[in-house]
Amino acid sequence: MVKDTTLSSRIISVVVHTVMLVMILVTLFPLLHIVATSLSDPKDIAKGMVSLWPSHVSVSAYKTILFENAHIPRSFLNSIIITCVGSVLSVVVTTITAYALSKNDLIFRPFLLTYCIIPMFFTGGLIPQFLLVKSLGMMNTIWSLTIPGLISTWWLMVMISFFKNFPVEIEEAAKLDGCGDVQTLLRIVLPLSMAGVATISLFYAVSLWNSYFSAMLYMNNYNDYPLQLILREIVLQSTLASQMAEEGNAVLAEDLSSSLTPESVQYATLFISIMPMLIVYPFIQKYFVRGIMLGSLKG
Amino acid sequence: MLENAAVKPNRAPVQVGKWRRMWAKVRKQKMLLILLIPAILYYFIFNYIPMYGVLIAFKNFKMDAGDSFLSTILHSPWAGRFGLDHFKEFMEGPYFLKLLRNTFLLGFYSLLFGFPIPIIFALLLNELRNKYYKSFVQTISYMPYFLSVVAVVGMMKMVLSPSTGFVNVLLTKLGLQPIYFMALPEWFRFLFVSSSIWAGLGMGAVIYLAALSKVDGEQYESAVMDGASRLRQMWHITLPAIKPVIVITLILNMSGILSVGSEKIILMYNPLTYDTADVFSTFVYRRGLVELDFSFGAAVDLFNAVVNVIFLVTANYIARKVADESLW
Repeated sequence: MVKDTTLSSRIISVVVHTVMLVMILVTLFPLLHIVATSLSDPKDIAKGMVSLWPSHVSVSAYKTILFENAHIPRSFLNSIIITCVGSVLSVVVTTITAYALSKNDLIFRPFLLTYCIIPMFFTGGLIPQFLLVKSLGMMNTIWSLTIPGLISTWWLMVMISFFKNFPVEIEEAAKLDGCGDVQTLLRIVLPLSMAGVATISLFYAVSLWNSYFSAMLYMNNYNDYPLQLILREIVLQSTLASQMAEEGNAVLAEDLSSSLTPESVQYATLFISIMPMLIVYPFIQKYFVRGIMLGSLKG
Repeated sequence: MLENAAVKPNRAPVQVGKWRRMWAKVRKQKMLLILLIPAILYYFIFNYIPMYGVLIAFKNFKMDAGDSFLSTILHSPWAGRFGLDHFKEFMEGPYFLKLLRNTFLLGFYSLLFGFPIPIIFALLLNELRNKYYKSFVQTISYMPYFLSVVAVVGMMKMVLSPSTGFVNVLLTKLGLQPIYFMALPEWFRFLFVSSSIWAGLGMGAVIYLAALSKVDGEQYESAVMDGASRLRQMWHITLPAIKPVIVITLILNMSGILSVGSEKIILMYNPLTYDTADVFSTFVYRRGLVELDFSFGAAVDLFNAVVNVIFLVTANYIARKVADESLW
């Protein structure tokens, strides 16, 4: 590219780099603050001595979470189970549905497509959905968290367009060699479509891991809570304490916050809950970017 | 007459042939159709039955343990003569205007600030020449997208905590009074919108970057030959390239202006901030599922959904007239 060294160009360069720097700082700052606080001595936190660097480093908060308090390891395990079961179900159903709907000569295709798309625009809403799950006897089971959101129509559409781009010749060759529809899908199409399958798997997995709302509605036993719901409890507790303080009830607030989870443990719980994502996201982000691009271009 | 006689006997076999062909096709594609069964069942049970369940908005629904959901709906008495009592109560009630104002303002501010910022970010990112630096910045910007809404709100609450949060510690050190951010209604909108922007910036820019990646590099080179400054290049090449995406995104965002979701607000608000934080969806949740007033909650939800559809259709119409771009 031609080098451009005019004044306006340099001003743009300065603006661009400044904005990028600010963006990086603003994005990373809360994280670093959380990590630093979770590793600090509770007394220093109370005095407000922690910003980006832990003071009097101690891992006691993490010890409390991992060994003394059973809730967090258990809810971590619950979240893993929910995420695995839910994403396997969702991916299998989305893939086979998308494959069938991607066939242009499928009988009733326009009707079936419309049938799947209508729920994108009209839904029964929160309350009928809740009553339905309740009356199906799914409350307090893993199915209440995985089945109501089984197919995301958006990712179904992305997957359909993915299969449509699959070279027809290969499929026809497989048919000639005597493969049925299912065999063609399993042996020929799927192995060559792993990029698409990986994209939707990751989308389903991340949204299942991060969701708290359906668990809040459908799970009543503390032992079944996923990690996000435990985190919510802890976050709410701290609000309650600050609310008391705001209402001038300083003694009660002090009481509440000391009898509840210590600050460093709150920060550590938060960090533990986001850590899996922080570790995996640099490796999976390219699938998300591609998925969003695919979706935006087709939609 | 003769023609008719000739046509008539012909017609019937054609009809039979059509059904037979259809049946043959069904048999030929039976494996594909079997693959569709789970999805057909799923959509029917978890999407179409709740749509039918919207009927409870027009009825006085009482949970009946011994009866199924569907027949309880049928047996519930209608709400008033036309089934519109809940809607009437809601519209005339004290909440309506407050909820409408809060929902609209949250949606409006989210649109006003949340819409242009990812575009600006994408444009600036596009100006970065160093490939590695660019992908580094992008990777950082995606990070918040992967955090759960609970984690984002949790972080916000911790950083803003009146006693130990970083912001208030800073304020105190500057000799100012600490501010109870999460308990003050006047801060709610700012915190809601800014945290949404923080979380969605990187992924929000992706669709614009996708459109930008299609721009031919030669266009820029010939623009430089013609003496166009970088600002002019942005204006005449980069912006037109992403204009269709901008319009489509704007339509989608505008139509969603009154569909502010409840998941994040439920985590953020408390009775002290209801004045600015309570929106339709949170009201539906509280009234319907916490206070178990199912019918009233469903009525408010349905009202909101109908308004949203009207907004979507209107926004699409305007975009088609003004910019010649539309969703359908």
